Order: sequence, then C-alpha cells, then structure tokens
Amino acid sequence: MDINWLDADYLPWLILFFPLLSFGIIVLFTARNHVLSQAVALAGIGIAWVLSLIEFAHVAWIGDLELGKEVYGSTTGWLDLGKNTFEMGVMVDPLTAYMLLMVPLACLMIFIYSRGYMHGDAHNSRFFAYISLFAGAMLTLVLADNLLLLFIGWEVMGFCSYALIGFWSHKKSAYQAGVKAFMTTRVGDVLMLVGIGYLLLEASAFFGAPTLSFRDILYNDAMLEHLVQTDAVIFGGSAAGLIGVLLVAGTIGKSSQFPLHVWLPDAMEGPTPVSAMIHAATMVSAGVYMVVRMFPLLSAGADYHHGDFSTPMIVMGVIGAITALGAAILAVGQNDIKRILAYSTISQLGYMVAALGVGAWIAAVFHLVNHAFFKALLFMCSGVVIHSMEHGEHQAEEHGYPHEPHDEPDGLVMDYCAPPNDVQRMGGLAHRIPVTAITMALGGLSLAGFPLLTAGFWSKDEIIAEAWHGAGEGYMLPLFVVLALLIAAGLTAFYTARMWFLTFWGQPRTPAAHYAGQGSFRRRWVRFWNRSRWGQQAALEDEPLPAADRGIMLHMEMPLVVLAVLAVVAGFIGIHKDILGVNPLHDFLVETTFDHADVLGFSLLPMLASIVLALGGLGLGYWVYGLRPLKQGQVDPTEKALGPGIWRVLQNRFYIDILYRDYLVRPVEWFAVNIVIQTIDKETIDGVLETVAETFNGLGEMCKRFNRVVIDGVGDGIPQSIGEFAGWFRQQQTGRIQQYLLFVTLALLALGALFLIQVR
Amino acid sequence: MVPLWMYLVVAAALFSTGLYGVLARRNAIAILMSIELMLNAVNINLVAFWRYQKPGDVSGQVFAAFVFVVAAAEAAVGLALIIAIYRRRQSVIAEDMNLMKW
Amino acid sequence: MDITIQHGVFVIFTLVTLGSALLVVTVRNLFHAALYLMLCLFGVAGLFALLTAPLLAGFQVVIYIGAIAILIIFAIMLTPQVTRVIKTTNAQWPVAIVVAVLFFVMILSVVSPLMDELGVDDWNADFTQEDADRVPDSTLTDFGESLVSRDRFVLPFEIASIMLMAALIGAVLVVSPDAILRRDESQPPPSDTSVSADTGASGD
Repeated sequence: MDINWLDADYLPWLILFFPLLSFGIIVLFTARNHVLSQAVALAGIGIAWVLSLIEFAHVAWIGDLELGKEVYGSTTGWLDLGKNTFEMGVMVDPLTAYMLLMVPLACLMIFIYSRGYMHGDAHNSRFFAYISLFAGAMLTLVLADNLLLLFIGWEVMGFCSYALIGFWSHKKSAYQAGVKAFMTTRVGDVLMLVGIGYLLLEASAFFGAPTLSFRDILYNDAMLEHLVQTDAVIFGGSAAGLIGVLLVAGTIGKSSQFPLHVWLPDAMEGPTPVSAMIHAATMVSAGVYMVVRMFPLLSAGADYHHGDFSTPMIVMGVIGAITALGAAILAVGQNDIKRILAYSTISQLGYMVAALGVGAWIAAVFHLVNHAFFKALLFMCSGVVIHSMEHGEHQAEEHGYPHEPHDEPDGLVMDYCAPPNDVQRMGGLAHRIPVTAITMALGGLSLAGFPLLTAGFWSKDEIIAEAWHGAGEGYMLPLFVVLALLIAAGLTAFYTARMWFLTFWGQPRTPAAHYAGQGSFRRRWVRFWNRSRWGQQAALEDEPLPAADRGIMLHMEMPLVVLAVLAVVAGFIGIHKDILGVNPLHDFLVETTFDHADVLGFSLLPMLASIVLALGGLGLGYWVYGLRPLKQGQVDPTEKALGPGIWRVLQNRFYIDILYRDYLVRPVEWFAVNIVIQTIDKETIDGVLETVAETFNGLGEMCKRFNRVVIDGVGDGIPQSIGEFAGWFRQQQTGRIQQYLLFVTLALLALGALFLIQVR
Repeated sequence: MVPLWMYLVVAAALFSTGLYGVLARRNAIAILMSIELMLNAVNINLVAFWRYQKPGDVSGQVFAAFVFVVAAAEAAVGLALIIAIYRRRQSVIAEDMNLMKW
Repeated sequence: MDITIQHGVFVIFTLVTLGSALLVVTVRNLFHAALYLMLCLFGVAGLFALLTAPLLAGFQVVIYIGAIAILIIFAIMLTPQVTRVIKTTNAQWPVAIVVAVLFFVMILSVVSPLMDELGVDDWNADFTQEDADRVPDSTLTDFGESLVSRDRFVLPFEIASIMLMAALIGAVLVVSPDAILRRDESQPPPSDTSVSADTGASGD
C-alpha cells in the first residue's frame, strides 16, 4: 500500500501523532534529562503546528473540493465486529481547519512559556510529558471523524487535567482540586457516554452496521430525520432530543457550565501554564467544539430562525445564559488573580454555549478561537505576575521585612487566596514588569470587548447581534439570552478593569509588590513614564529592583507578545459583511454544515449596546480604580459598595461548592464507605462463616449509625461516622494478595453462573 | 480417538487444581508453581481445540508456543522478585508481603 | 465408542498429570513439589504427543521441564526457609477448595456431554467430537513459516522476543545485589520538592 503521508488526506494522522510521540519518548527515554524532555515536547508540538498550517493551506486555498459535502480524511478499520468493521479515522473540514489554526499555535506558545515557568521544578519531564499528551489528545479530538474517537481524546484530556491540576501533589489542596475536577467532569462524561451509546444504537438500527462517523450521521438528512421521528426511550420527546441533551451534558461538565462549573476555579491549583492550557487551547474548548460539531444533530428538527428551538438548544441557551451572567457576577467578587480569570473563562464559555442555543454556531466558533488566544494570554500574564510577586516576597524578607506566615489551609478552602495571587497585595507592578502589563492590558481589552479594535469585540458582538435579532422577532429564548449576555458584558468590562488596575496601577501595597521581580524593558518603561502626562504627576525613581532571572522572564514574555498580537488581529477576519463587504470567516465556516444560514442583516443597535456596555464597564473600572489607585490599607471600593454580606457570598462562590460538598459528596462518600464497602468488601480471614457473621455485624453497625445520624442530624453525625469508619476500615485492607484474588475468583464464579443461567 | 470433551475436562481439573494452589498455598514459590499448572491447563485446551477443529491451520500451535514464551518470562521475573523479597525480608510467605497495607 | 489403545494411553497420562498436580499443591516439602511439577509437565507433554503435536511436546520438555522447572528448583534452593515452614496453607484454604471445586463444576457444566444428555445444557457447541481431520505433514514447516511471515505472526513474534529480553533484564536488575542499586543511593537526592512548592515555579 502506498501512502503519501504529506497528502492532505493522511496529514491529519501525522498532526496528532507527533505530540503523542513526544509523550512516549519523554516517558520512556528522556525522563531523566529535563532539557532534552523539553526539547522533545517543543519539537513535537512545533511539528504539529507546521503540519496543521500545511493542512489548513490545503483546505483553504489549494483544495478543489466541494467543501461540506466532501472533506479531507481517511479511515481505517479499527474493530472487527464479526460481519462489520467499526471504522476509525480523521477528517478535516472547515471547522476543523479553523480549530487547527488555533490549537497547535496556542499550545506551542504555552509550551515555550512553560520552559520559563517550570524552570527548576524537579518534575519538569513529567510536566512536559503530560502537556504533550494533553495537546495530542486535543488534536485527536479535533481531527476525529467519529464520536468515539472524539470521546477517547476527550477522556484522555480528562485524565491529563487531573494529573496536571494535581501536579504539585504534595499540596493537599492541589490533589483535592485534581480529584474535584476529575469527578465533576465525570458526571458530564457519563451522561455523554450514555448519549453516545444511544446514538450508536439508533445508528446501527438505521444503517444495519454500527457507525458513529460524523459524515454518516450529521451530513445525512435521512438519518437525522429518522432520529427526530423516533421516540426517545424515556422522558418522551424524540431520540434526537434525548441524545442531544445527553451530549450537551458532557459539554456542561467539560466546558464548566452551571451547575458543573465548580471544578474550574479550583483548577487554578495547577501550574499556571496548565491553567492556560485548560482554559484556552484544550479542555474547555473541547466541550464547545463538540457541541458545535454535533450541532446538526442538536438542532435536528428545529427551525431556529423562526423561533422553533429543539430541546438541546433550549438547554444550551438557558444554561449558557445563566452561566455567563452568574460567573461574571462572581468574578467581580474575587481577589485571586487567577480565580478572576477562571470565572471570566466560565462566563465567556457561557456566551458560546448560549450562542449555540440560539443557533449562532459560527459566532460561537469565532468567539471560541478568539477567546482561546486572549485567555491564554491573560493566564500567562497572570503567571508572570505571580512569579514576580513570589520573587518579591523573598526579596522583601531579605530586606528585613518580617516573614508573613502563609497559613496554608488544609485542603481546598473556598475563600482562601494565596498571597502571591492576591490582587489586593499588588499594585504598581506596571513599572516592574511593563511588557506583561501592556500585553495583559491588550488581552483584557479583548476580553472586555473594547470596541472596533479587539478580537473579543467582534466575536462577542456577533453573538449578541444574533440573539438580539431573535429577540427582536419576539422569541423568549433569545430575549433571555441577550439580556443575560448584555449585563454580563458590562460586568466583564468592569472586573477586567478592576483586575488590571489593582495589579498594575498606583503604588505597591505590600513590600512583596515593592520588591517584585523585574521583567524586560523596565528601565525604558520608567523613562517613558516619567516623560508622560502621568509621570509629571508622579514621577518614578529609577530605583534598582532585584532582577528576577532574566532568561526565565524573557522566555515567559516572548509568547505573551505573540498572543497579544493575535488577541487583537484574530478578530478582523470575521467582521460582518455589511461593514467591510466581505466576511472570509463566515464564508469559510458556513460550508461545514448543510444549513447555509442566511446572513443576518447588520443592525446597529446591538453593536451600539455592546459598545456602550463595554466602554461603560471599563470607564467605571477606570473611575473607581484608575483615577484614585487603591492605597495600602484601604478597603476595596467594590467590597465597600457591595457590603460585607454580599461580598462574602461572592467570595464563597454563592455557596454552590459547599452545597455540593455537604449534600452530594459527603452522603455519597458515606454511602460508598458504609454500605458499599462494608457489606461488599468485607473480610473473610477465617473462612466463610466469619464473613457472614461480620457482614451481619456490619449491617447492624450500619443500622445503628443510620439511626444515630437521623437522630443527631446530618451536620453532626456524618463527619463523625466517617472518621470512625475510616479508622475501622483501614484495618480491613489486609494487603494479602491471595485474599484479593479469592474475591476476584468469587466474582468470576458469580459472573459465570449468571452467564450460564442467561444462556439457558 | 479420544473425544474432545475428555481433554477439556482434564484441562479443567488441572486448572482448578492450580487455582486452589494459588489461593491456598503460603509459599510464594508454590503459588508460582500453581500458576504454571494453570498455564498448562490452558495449553491443553488450545492444542486440543486445534487438533479437533482446525488441524490444517497452525494458529492453535503458535498460540500455545506464545504461552510458553509468556510462561518463561513470567517465571523468570516472578522468581527474581521472590528472591529479591527474600533478601530483604527473609521470607517467601505471601502473607508477609503486605507492605501496601496501610 | 471403541476402546482403543489411545484411550489407555490417555488415561495413563491423565492420571500422571492430575495426580502429580494434586501433589504439587499439597505436599509439605517444596522440593518434592517441584519434582512432582516436573512429572506433571511430563504428563502434559504426553497429552500433547497424543494430540499429534510432537513439536509442542518437545517444547514442553525442553522449555518447561528443562528451563522453568529447573529455575524453580534454583529459587527454592536460594530461599532456604522451606524446611522451617510448618504450615503449608493459609487460613482461607477451605474456601479455596470450595471455590476451586465450584470452578471445576462450572467448566464441567459447559463442556461435559453428560449435561447435554441430562437436558441441562443446550449449547450450540459440540464437544463430543471424536474424529478429526488428519494433521497435514507440513505442519512443522507451516509453523516455522508462519512465525516469520509478514501477514501472519511476525509482529507478535518480535514483540514476544522483546518481552523476553525485557524480562531477562528486569530479572537481573531485580535480583542483582546492591551493587547496582547503590549507585542511585550514593547520588544526592533530587532537589527538594517542597522548595518548588512554596515558590510555585520560580527557579531560584
């Protein structure tokens, strides 16, 4: 068989192969050598980036295919199922090609940045192995031509996020956050898997052979029609609706939508490049990408241009709008710089999901890619800030300031904020790390949707415009969406301004900020400042600042500049047709589906509304934090304005996390430990008799405990019984291999018996 | 010829004997020997099915040969582990190897 | 069913195999157990020969008895506490017997024609087959060729050889005395992780 691997049909295999290959090489061969591991990881993602550019060029210019109906790609038999073969393969259509522009590039920037950020960490190789796997899994997901391969990439990413969030696993809070992320997304994943299974069932029934290929299902009107006509097994409605809702549930977990949004803010426990990776290039984007990919199925049978929305769309619209607004409110009340950004991510993802809810999938993709660029930028900037602040803390101690004890809490605490991350303790950093200050300002403006210049503005505006259009026709869902999104837009602008001014503006509020490490171009910045208008009011002395490691800083600042440029210009390809006369992005992407949506006419009103809100929010932020920079010892004006009650609610994230912990996690834990393990995994040290006796004994214990819990109330009894039980239970893990084996055999016997009975 | 099911019954008996050894013997080497018995039982099955169902196709024999290979590797590594553990803890009793207990 | 000489040979080999297998798992002296294991493996080799697989019978003798069983005997001699062990079985042995017997019964219920006659079992598979095709004379050549032919087993074959090599190296590493291990211990411990924890990722 002759395969030209550089052919556009086979190239996708190579794109996803190289990052995975670097994972393998690092794990197997170079784990002991950090520098080599870094080089391998960079080479892997670099090659993937170049190849995806070639692939993009094929699809965009060189290719002569009728896009949408035909796509590049190749398949191979993967699983022989007797008569049929389950096919696996890759494909590249315009949507994939557009994602290929973003994912490898953002990953490459993050990899370069990680070289600086992870410098000196003892587990560099492990880190680079995981992020290579992460990138490879994301590329697998993007390039997959069927839902199962997509799901494999999806799950590998779930594992990687767990491993990377808990990367500093000696910190209790880190591994708890890792587990939290994994378990929370798992809820969505399980539902999604059920959806995939159901879809496979229906597809097998329709085609007579099992398939999950996008081309078979999504570009096949007969198949979609079949799904719409079939009644769902439960809950009424059509099969398409049920499958759609289950798939959307996967996105709710992966893209951190309400009510499964709780894991993302805690994912900040991982190293900052990981946050950038999760928030921008990979994890959360995957969720949105999946629903965009499945959009023909999700919107099957609906005529959303005329106010007829399918169930999955309603779910997406409502949840997206709630998430966008709720997360924006929460972001206002945070002090941890990374947590502010985390909530802004949740909020922006809410925009995308809501956009899909009203049918604006092109706008959603547009915003997805722009968001990836500016959010990666913002996270990496925050990493530099934190790095610089940590440096400052050490320096402050050396200059005789008393060491402020970090009483790190034991595990995850909702309103705890690590000192180097606390924006209240920063201030004046612009003069210390000017490159970061400027690039972060650009990223922030893009996030806030600064009119006409930034990428964030164009994509956000398109979402709002489409929802506005629907609302203008008098449909309820778009009306709800547009209201929530507009309010959120204003809040976004405000909290972005608050974050930036608190971090960079004014005078340092703590010794740590005063001695913060210095970045490139600092002296030139100070000279520039002193000549400027602000400099005449408050001239800076060119005080010698302790230099953070130059090489590290440079490594971290280089990707920032690249991404800052992208965060501005990436939006210009998607400006509305009526303004520039051509909209290359729309023309390119619209071929992805059969549904050639008529371009909505340009209307000035929504654009004016979003301009007013963005400028208003930014202006308010400047008025509150920029004109009179916060001084040492002052209380944050926002906190004062909101009052201590509301502030505490925001700091505790609406108490949703605590609610989950007390009423979901703990009871489940209790159930697992007390009932499942005690009765099922009980010991048989001295043979069967004792097992039986102990089981009954355990049941009695459980009843007793249950009584006491009922009587004593939930608050008191459960934690206590967990503690007691853990003490008892740890003695039951005997560590005797043969005993475990005995249970395995017993289980095998039971399964065999079950099988025999079934067969007869 | 001897009917096929007789071979299967012999293999089953051999396997069950090995299973008992794995579950009940205290000495780790004895456990390893029991595992060898179980592997042999599997091999009898493989060869018997090959002989009765597809004598023209060597796949069955090749399979059995691979089982030999795996058994050899398993015995080498397993015995090495047992000797290493014996050096440290002066014991080859499976119940004593409970470092993973907490 | 005609009783032929084959049946007689089969019964003899079966008795040898099962009898010595039972002894392997029951005798107190481990050294004896190893010798019985060799006998048992001989019995299996006989069964292979009876099944017209002389090649495998040869393998069985060379690899199992010649190598593995000898290896086991070495291991027994290198771990000389055997004689001190009084109890040969652990506390769960009664359960183990029950489980093993149940397992046997379970398999029996599938393969035995007795069950078919009793009407307990209506499997599609027929295990009562008595006659089979002749084994072609070219089996030995086929066997060799299939191991190195590209569309048959060359890949598993190569993987198996790599696995053997890995097992060899692994076994040497695991048992080799402290000489190899000490090199790691003499090196300074890797940089303290708690430092990098406090400073996040700062490199100094």
